[in-house]
Amino acid sequence: MGLATFRGGVHTYEGKNLSEYCAIKELEFDGDYIFPMSQGIGAPSKPIVAVGDYVLAGQKIAEPGGFISAVVTSSVSGTVKAIEPRLTTMGSYVQSIVITSDGLFKEVEGIGTERSLDDLTKNDIRNIIKEAGIIGMGGAGFPTHVKLAPKNDDDIDYVIANGSECEPMLTNDHRLMVEEPERVVGGMKVVLSLFPNAKGIIAIENNKQTAIDKIRHLIEGEKNISVVVMRTKYPEGGERQLIYAVTGRKINSKMLPADAGCVVDNVATLAAIYDAVIKSTPIMKKNITITGDAIADPSNVRIRLGVPYGRIVEAIGGYHTTPAKIICGGPMMGMALFDTNVPVVKNSSALCAFVHDEVAESVGTHCVRCGRCVDACPIFLIPPIMSKEVEKGNLDKFVELNGMECIECGTCSYICPAKRPLTQLFKQAKKEVQAINRAKQAAEKAKADAEKAAADKKD
Amino acid sequence: MEEIKKILPNVSSSPHFRSTLTTRREMLDVCIAMLPIVIWGAFHFGPYTLVITICTVATAVAAEYIYEKLMHLPITIGDCSAIVTGMILSMNMPPAIPVWVPMVGAVFAIVVVKQLYGGLGQNFINPAIAARCFLHIAYSGLMNDFSYGSFDNMTSATPLAMIRAGEEVNLWDLFIGNVPGTIGEVSKLCLLIGIVYMIWRNIITPRIPIVYIGTVAIFMFIVGGFDPYYMLIQLMSGAIIFAACFMANDYVTSPVTHQGQILYAIFCGIMTGIIRTWSPTAEGASYSILLGNLLVPILDRISIPKAFGMGGKKK
Repeated sequence: MGLATFRGGVHTYEGKNLSEYCAIKELEFDGDYIFPMSQGIGAPSKPIVAVGDYVLAGQKIAEPGGFISAVVTSSVSGTVKAIEPRLTTMGSYVQSIVITSDGLFKEVEGIGTERSLDDLTKNDIRNIIKEAGIIGMGGAGFPTHVKLAPKNDDDIDYVIANGSECEPMLTNDHRLMVEEPERVVGGMKVVLSLFPNAKGIIAIENNKQTAIDKIRHLIEGEKNISVVVMRTKYPEGGERQLIYAVTGRKINSKMLPADAGCVVDNVATLAAIYDAVIKSTPIMKKNITITGDAIADPSNVRIRLGVPYGRIVEAIGGYHTTPAKIICGGPMMGMALFDTNVPVVKNSSALCAFVHDEVAESVGTHCVRCGRCVDACPIFLIPPIMSKEVEKGNLDKFVELNGMECIECGTCSYICPAKRPLTQLFKQAKKEVQAINRAKQAAEKAKADAEKAAADKKD
Repeated sequence: MEEIKKILPNVSSSPHFRSTLTTRREMLDVCIAMLPIVIWGAFHFGPYTLVITICTVATAVAAEYIYEKLMHLPITIGDCSAIVTGMILSMNMPPAIPVWVPMVGAVFAIVVVKQLYGGLGQNFINPAIAARCFLHIAYSGLMNDFSYGSFDNMTSATPLAMIRAGEEVNLWDLFIGNVPGTIGEVSKLCLLIGIVYMIWRNIITPRIPIVYIGTVAIFMFIVGGFDPYYMLIQLMSGAIIFAACFMANDYVTSPVTHQGQILYAIFCGIMTGIIRTWSPTAEGASYSILLGNLLVPILDRISIPKAFGMGGKKK
């Protein structure tokens, strides 16, 4: 059987060997923990504690601020120090709850109690997941309870666990599957119990043979769960690429995985679901990879959410050289940080620090139309033509060229011999188009309201 | 301020990794791919062809440098694209051409065709082919004189001319390049080595060369009354293989979409066949590619593929 894969993509420098064999270390910190109210996609959460309150680890400190929004729980016991805007990994200030830890990590009563799936109804499970504040841990951070509530449970044919970890450098999902595969498989069983017709698939890239073996061993005898081995290629773990590689079904930007009968969850999300449903533990800790050639001792660590990155780096031995670039997340889609005093949030996955900044060091030329980006684009877009239209400010043409389908994976910028900032141009253009569309909608709504008001007045 | 600068790391939009591939690397690989034909040319026609190549390349690079200096533009000779243009142009020269002719051509290619339209990546026709056609019109006597070496008029009739005169041509000689012609086009063997190198190095996809040669082959097969011998002679004589390897698939002047590339190659192939068969000029390959170049913007526009997951039925 051939390896599951998709058309396009690139095989980047992997760099996983830096931290691949580093077992996950548990680290504890005292001091301030920061919980931004906006973590991932959706409306900001609403704080339900006040400054001066004493909170326990696992206590709910903010509730969803809308339908697509998530609960936030405290990961430590201590006093609420402030509720104020704090710098986050996204580079902006976001309303956050700051809690000073008392160093005791006293937990809310009942945490860790074993529960059996048989005693829970589907509604119970969804409620538990919602109350545990679980969001997609792969990157985008879409609230999981929304994802797990499609229109019709019977229409879901596949539950796909995303264990591809296609970003270079990152190894925390790999270590999770090697060290605690039972959490991943357990989470899969919980999700499968929601969908009567679904098959569980754990999709792993073929550069993680140890993880494949572990999971295969664990699911021996399970009729409904299987492992699919995928070719190591970026962006294999992109939702659309993953669904296609595993099931052959295609979705576009306007569709949800559920439209193709799929639910996709990162393996770390499944582990969190397992903790919440079976172990009665809301999301408080996260596995993070700290790696890169500027890090003295690359590691995989498990830390409590809310801790600033800078302190983790310090705790594992710091930098051995001044890094030229620090990235939150993977090198292909992560955010460059100018300050590491930003908290780890639920959808954080890594911190990479590099001695050289390849972007600043590469010298570009004009586009020579070599077409490498066209071959590499997993969405089959034509970056050379799109980028010219964006540079001309021709956004209509950009939309016509399916620019809004771009998944911003960075493949085109990576492969470009002329070192053109293609992905950056497309991100910017997408934002502009979205802003224009929002403004249009707002204008239309205002117009309709005004007309209605005028009509009401006449009556 | 100085201290802060040291502490603050760089920020930029993702991705933060870049491949090691550069435009210069691509261009140098094309130059390496051309070495077999350069060497064969010197071996077959005599070392004078090396003088032609070196002078043409030097003129092309100098023209780019001087133009950019005069126009206060950034100097871009480092990307090595001028070397490629110079080399392709010199490979298009008859072996005994006075060296000033390709040098004039190089200036025309770089200044008029490439730089006036904005330099690398902005020209809409291939500079080397445009210069070749320009020289053909301007100095047609010199450009059509294929005598070479110390034996005057040793063989001045190219295979194409011989076919037209109804003479027999040896296929093996055609293949290894033991025939008169321009410096670069005679040895099909060396051209194949070059193109295999470029495909192996991932510099080009074989899409355009294969479709182009295939189209010409089918065209000639039909026109020649379904005679495979006639078809092979046609394919192996003149600049068709050279054009397929180094001119038709020029990045800048061919479409970027897969479908567009196929349409472009088919168009060039048919035009080559038509010019070869029914026109008195021998420049079938060059003119057809120039015409193809002009169609590129349209071909790109009509061949935008469907994005992933768009259109098709929902499963």
